[in-house]
Amino acid sequence: MSVPLLQINNLSIEFNTRRGNLVAVEDISFEVAEGEIFGIVGESGAGKSLTGKAIIGLLEAPGRISGGKILLNNERIDNLPYEQMRRLRGKSIGMVFQDPLTSLNPLYTIGRQLIETIQTHTNHTATQAKNRALELLREVGIPAAEKRIDQFPHQFSGGMRQRVVIALALCVNPKLIIADEPTTALDVSIQAQILTLLKNLCRKHGTAVILITHDMGVIAETANRVAVMYAGKIAEIGPVREVVQNPQHPYAQGLMASIPVIGRKMKYLAQIDGSMPRIAERPSGCAFHPRCPHAIELCNKQIPELLNKGKTKAACLLFRNGNP
Amino acid sequence: MSSETPLLKVDAVQRFFDVSKPWLNRVLANEPKLLLKAVDDISFSIRKGETFSLVGESGCGKSTVARLIVGLYPTSSGSIEFEGTDFSTLSKRNQMAPLRRRMTMIFQDPYTSLNPRWRVRDIIAEPIRAFGLTNTGGISGSRLQIFNRVAELLEQVGLSAADGDKYPHEFSGGQCQRISIARALASEPDFIVCDEPTSALDVSVQAQILNLMKNLQRELELTYLFISHDLAVVYHVSDNIGVMYLGRLCEIADKETLFTNPRHPYTRMLFNAIPDINMSGKERIPVSGEVPNPIEPPSGCTFHPRCPIANERCKRERPELQIVDSHSQVACHAIEEKRNMEVHFI
Ligand SMILES: Nc1ncnc2c1ncn2[C@@H]1O[C@H](COP(=O)(O)OP(=O)(O)OP(=O)(O)O)[C@@H](O)[C@H]1O
Ligand SMILES: Nc1ncnc2c1ncn2[C@@H]1O[C@H](COP(=O)(O)OP(=O)(O)OP(=O)(O)O)[C@@H](O)[C@H]1O
Ligand code: SF4
Ligand SMILES: [Mg+2]
Ligand SMILES: [Mg+2]
Repeated sequence: MSVPLLQINNLSIEFNTRRGNLVAVEDISFEVAEGEIFGIVGESGAGKSLTGKAIIGLLEAPGRISGGKILLNNERIDNLPYEQMRRLRGKSIGMVFQDPLTSLNPLYTIGRQLIETIQTHTNHTATQAKNRALELLREVGIPAAEKRIDQFPHQFSGGMRQRVVIALALCVNPKLIIADEPTTALDVSIQAQILTLLKNLCRKHGTAVILITHDMGVIAETANRVAVMYAGKIAEIGPVREVVQNPQHPYAQGLMASIPVIGRKMKYLAQIDGSMPRIAERPSGCAFHPRCPHAIELCNKQIPELLNKGKTKAACLLFRNGNP
Repeated sequence: MSSETPLLKVDAVQRFFDVSKPWLNRVLANEPKLLLKAVDDISFSIRKGETFSLVGESGCGKSTVARLIVGLYPTSSGSIEFEGTDFSTLSKRNQMAPLRRRMTMIFQDPYTSLNPRWRVRDIIAEPIRAFGLTNTGGISGSRLQIFNRVAELLEQVGLSAADGDKYPHEFSGGQCQRISIARALASEPDFIVCDEPTSALDVSVQAQILNLMKNLQRELELTYLFISHDLAVVYHVSDNIGVMYLGRLCEIADKETLFTNPRHPYTRMLFNAIPDINMSGKERIPVSGEVPNPIEPPSGCTFHPRCPIANERCKRERPELQIVDSHSQVACHAIEEKRNMEVHFI
């Protein structure tokens, strides 16, 4: 079998604070294949964005990778010197954030931003770069690109800006795009457009996408495989259909059941009591045990590993020794 | 929709905002005044004990309707009646207060809607004091009464009486929303306007809050106006639903009718765009276009530039809400004319 595009092996991320080391992401592993859309879901603070930032080398101090490896095309990228990482970022990995304005310079026309990015990473002439920019704008579905290219970000709507950001990320034909809540700030009708766009781009160029979101519907609709994160760890990982329709981990089960679904009549939603612990207050053993309806003695002592369960892998002590 | 007096009746309400440049700049540049029609001629009514929801995309005017109803904004025209009493006919504060007490509002952002410098106890007690809702004489007597009432409210929303001593920042988002709910209940309302009460929360916390709200509704016979852009949440909580687009209502129907047989082209488009968590693999029609600039809305039916079945009449003439059957009202010429829609929607 060929090597996956991206491999994350036992990645941990820490914050060194005055109150000691806080482990925000703990020992997570997953792989992303070429052209695959890999989803990461979880509640606020679960460690989704940190994972994305670690991959692209954008962790901000005091956050740092404290263990594990990240490999792109079988080469380590987690320990590259700054300059090399910057180049790699430009060339192989693109990033799309929730707020398109963080990626766009309000003082430059979008054309100038696209052309500069293209020229930094290729030896295109000005005319070639402009043509490429126009091509990209058309590809991401900006109508009247010739006219729009000379406009400033504030002249675009939220959805249009996010398209421009995707165009920017595509400038260099990246192998991987990390999209962190790319549609969270957008209306459903615009969200649907952006997700369709991302899917088509993957299909057409073989670009892999890591789609970070807290919206399970977005994942169900878009991703091939998904990791459900809870308190800095992966609780369950597997094909989207399995995880959505037949989750194994008690947290994933609770999460799925708490989502209201159109057409499903119920008086009350299933509810997991309590809330995800803050990073400094994570319990021992399985971090979910205080809220888990199936917890056993062992759960507050032993940290569960990801184990095969059905068609997914779940980190739950119930599944040790092939049980239940 | 029965003939009894509704609890709330919104009739032809408009609310315009002046979004012109400052007067001097405008005069120098010789520009006309710019009016944004945030809410443009909206009518609906809510029966006692029901949950009526407003859905629609960002900027369509949902929050403005909410604010008009609870009196945070005055209307530009139209009337709002509560149990048959038109608010605009009540001029004096002391006439208004008994009615105002009976309706409150819960906001989207649980952190910013709570005063960070106040203890939770005082936040919740504020409406009790403001409306003078204690009945024993003497300051110390009423203080104890307020203390007990706050404790009761905290427990009612799933917190503990001891939480009253804390400040809002000591709580998670979901807990803060519980505090907001306790404060809303403090004035003993029968009607609560909930403006995106769970939009800032994680789904598992959202489930807790929605369950709590449902419980309270049953126990206290509350009526809700629920505002959300999340159609699945709206499906779960509502009895009746109004769909808004650019300051107007384009469809009102009971929940089952709306979700099984959406009629207005915008409603259909909106429903088509919802991510499909059932993964039925249904083919979707890509949604086209964006919400137009509300300052210069399109002529006629404001949805016509995005509508697959628009014709000349749609560009010219504004459709009004019309009763289609006992379940729904729709504002669309195509529905009225029975134009063939099926070719465009699946
Ligand atoms: N500079 C920092 N110092 C200490 N802790 C931090 C810092 N930055 C982030 N964290 C913690 O790391 C954890 C993971 O954060 P992360 O941003 O990855 O969450 P997330 O899953 O993306 O959540 P959201 O859905 O809210 O974006 C959080 O609990 C957060 O409090
Ligand atoms: N105080 C104000 N002054 C000027 N314009 C306003 C004001 N309040 C609202 N608007 C405008 O009125 C329109 C309706 O806004 P409103 O906040 O009611 O929308 P909404 O449906 O609640 O949107 P969202 O889903 O984003 O909360 C928008 O175009 C908004 O910009
Ligand atoms: S009135 Fe016309 S434009 Fe408006 S929704 Fe109906 S068919 Fe479409
Ligand atoms: Mg994040
Ligand atoms: Mg609003």
